[in-house]
Amino acid sequence: MLGRLKIGLAVLAMVATPALAQRTDISVGMVLEPPNLDPTSGAAAAIREVTYSNIYEGLTRFGPDGSVNPGLAESWDISEDGTVYTFHLRDGVEFHDGTAFTADDVVFTLDRARDEDSTNAQKQLFAAIDSVRAVDEHTVEVTLSQPQGAFLFNMAWGDAVIMSPESVEDNATNPVGTGAFRFVRWVQGDRVELERNPDYWGEAPALERATFRFISDPSAAFAAMMAGDVDAFPNFPAPETLEQFEADPRFEVIVGSTEGETILSMNHENEALSDIRVRQAISHAINRQDIIDGAMFGYGTPIGTHFAPHNPDYLDLTDNSAYDPEAARELLAEAGHEDLTLRLMLPPPTYARRGGEIIAAQLRDVGIETEITNMEWAQWLEQVFSGADFDLTIVSHTEPMDIGIYARPDYYFQYDSAEMQEIMEELDMTSDPEARTELLHEAQRHIADDSVVAFLFQLAKTGVANADIEGLWENAPVPANDLTGVRWTE
Amino acid sequence: MLRFALQRLTSLTISLIVASMVIFFVIEVIPGDPAAYMLGMNAQPETVAALRRDLGLDQGLFVRYLAWVGGMVTGDFGTSYTYRVPVSELIMARLGVSLPLTVYALVLSTLIAFPVGLIAAARRGSALDAGIMGGTQLGIALPNFWFAMLLVLFFSITLQWFSAGGFPGWDAGFWINIQALTLPAVALALPQASILARVMRSAVIETLGQDYIRTARAKGLTSRQTVVRHALRNALIPVLTIIGLQFSFLLAGGIIIENVFFLPGLGRLIFQAITQRDLIVVESVVMILVFAVILVTFLVDLTYAAADPRLRRRA
Repeated sequence: MLGRLKIGLAVLAMVATPALAQRTDISVGMVLEPPNLDPTSGAAAAIREVTYSNIYEGLTRFGPDGSVNPGLAESWDISEDGTVYTFHLRDGVEFHDGTAFTADDVVFTLDRARDEDSTNAQKQLFAAIDSVRAVDEHTVEVTLSQPQGAFLFNMAWGDAVIMSPESVEDNATNPVGTGAFRFVRWVQGDRVELERNPDYWGEAPALERATFRFISDPSAAFAAMMAGDVDAFPNFPAPETLEQFEADPRFEVIVGSTEGETILSMNHENEALSDIRVRQAISHAINRQDIIDGAMFGYGTPIGTHFAPHNPDYLDLTDNSAYDPEAARELLAEAGHEDLTLRLMLPPPTYARRGGEIIAAQLRDVGIETEITNMEWAQWLEQVFSGADFDLTIVSHTEPMDIGIYARPDYYFQYDSAEMQEIMEELDMTSDPEARTELLHEAQRHIADDSVVAFLFQLAKTGVANADIEGLWENAPVPANDLTGVRWTE
Repeated sequence: MLRFALQRLTSLTISLIVASMVIFFVIEVIPGDPAAYMLGMNAQPETVAALRRDLGLDQGLFVRYLAWVGGMVTGDFGTSYTYRVPVSELIMARLGVSLPLTVYALVLSTLIAFPVGLIAAARRGSALDAGIMGGTQLGIALPNFWFAMLLVLFFSITLQWFSAGGFPGWDAGFWINIQALTLPAVALALPQASILARVMRSAVIETLGQDYIRTARAKGLTSRQTVVRHALRNALIPVLTIIGLQFSFLLAGGIIIENVFFLPGLGRLIFQAITQRDLIVVESVVMILVFAVILVTFLVDLTYAAADPRLRRRA
């Protein structure tokens, strides 16, 4: 009798265990809903935050630290002169719709991205490609018109993921990739659901189901975390509540960095701003820490040039433009601009709106008046970014490794420097790591010395997650919520 | 009755045509290009041009207006620039949230307002009446988003009876969605019920002063019978007007509550579409709302006629 009871208890225990097993589902909060799920036809970060590495994969892929790792290409050979890349593709990879992944898909994807009718938001990533050829089913040969040191890096972007010609038309609403998760459904305005891809070529992810929920209101985001409706919110919109989460053992606050260099842009076509002394004066008038504390609740790293501080090639040049209102006033007097009035256009994010008010006060302190105009993104893009109709604006440049914008004279701040253009051209053709570091240092120094814009701070990534979750990306080398390595510990 | 209905139908059609022109041409002049918005800060001009071709934005304004109106007549509202799905599909999905939420809130507000308004009117001048009037004053004065946040704090975070927001979708079952809509409906209903109760009270009080009420009491009806049978029916006209207005208001104006409870409703769709310059969605949704408001007004007109036979004869 006792024996039977023991067996009974043992069976009961076995039946009961699954209830205590690890959770295999996750609900991830995002502020913005992706407009669609095709990263090759729109720039919205939200598209990548759902799909990157989860649904779609590229030839190479970013690791959490921003390193470039093999993706669908297992390995590659680069020709002596640096113009021919031969990619060896993984064998046995299938798209979610069951079609086999072959060299033809790579040729199709790359040709589509650089086509005349391409609507790829980062078409410049593919600009160096001269031709793409399938050598055999698992080998692709890409020929560049000139060597490009950043080519493998470019191929890791969300805009360069490999798609199949069979499903490409519907990827906006029914994404089909090769990733570890496949698309289940999208309840527009509410959530996107993914499930584990049982036929994944790589290591199976720990999660079976993942849901991305879209909550734009900061207090709603707070309530959703507190009520347990959402397990993780990697870009949490209510930084003022982070302390409360920090004090709560149920949650973990994750602070990392992004690729967002936040700058006070200046229009070099403006007569006063074309004078380097005025630009230096503005840079010296700004107290970066005040802006970080006042607008960003203390999250953010001061920068003195347009480069991410977590990058090994970063130079700390903040002393070049240290806070010094006295020097600013002197420079303005020297330039003959003692009563200057400038228009300051502010897009919607907090860093711009709150930061703008602080900067306006700091500029007034040295004798520069500003007329603030708040703008929606669409209007900002049209008037400031495309039309270059502005004097000052605050914006975070979130693309990784985008120091090259200072070599584009037609870019909205209209900075035309032959020297900077030469440095970037040389960098583009250099693949030797040491020589690249040297050139990147030179570029950083050049734009800092020239006070092209006022460099403010690197945007932080502040997130909240359930304390039992591990494997979420701390930093954002690209906008992404790569869930392949995420698991519950309890 | 039929002539009355036909007259109203004609004016309804004219209103719709005028509205479509105003909506389209006003919205199209908003600065900002949907293609530039979608492609972001690194896009090259030729890419933006290619996308504009893709979206049909390179055609003339008038051609696009005709295509839009022509499509709407056949039920085709065009394709959303950003979502890349038919606008009608988007609107139907959002109506699946906004419409039940509106009806739910309206039912709640009516269920509260009718008895409360009636009791206040019947007990006019009493302490109970004063209490009800004070309560409704508070209900109108409280910002509903703040009330909504209190509901979330108490019922979702502390008690964990309801989720803090979101909408599971109708295929997940009926009750789970009703549950998801309960807190938002309560938050929406509170100020509406307060307004409605006050209107109800004054309308009933006014009818209670009429001669026919005295007659009814004189022929021996009890106070309760008089109120329910005579006063209520005659007080319904102003109340129906308010309910009609509230329906339109709730359908389009729930955006703040939709944000607090992150519900995928019509209000948020419009908001998002304006930000992204998804103009075709904005135009179509606004058009549908105009249509709904005009239709509700038309229906309320018809119910007046049903409630008050004199209106039928006058027309």
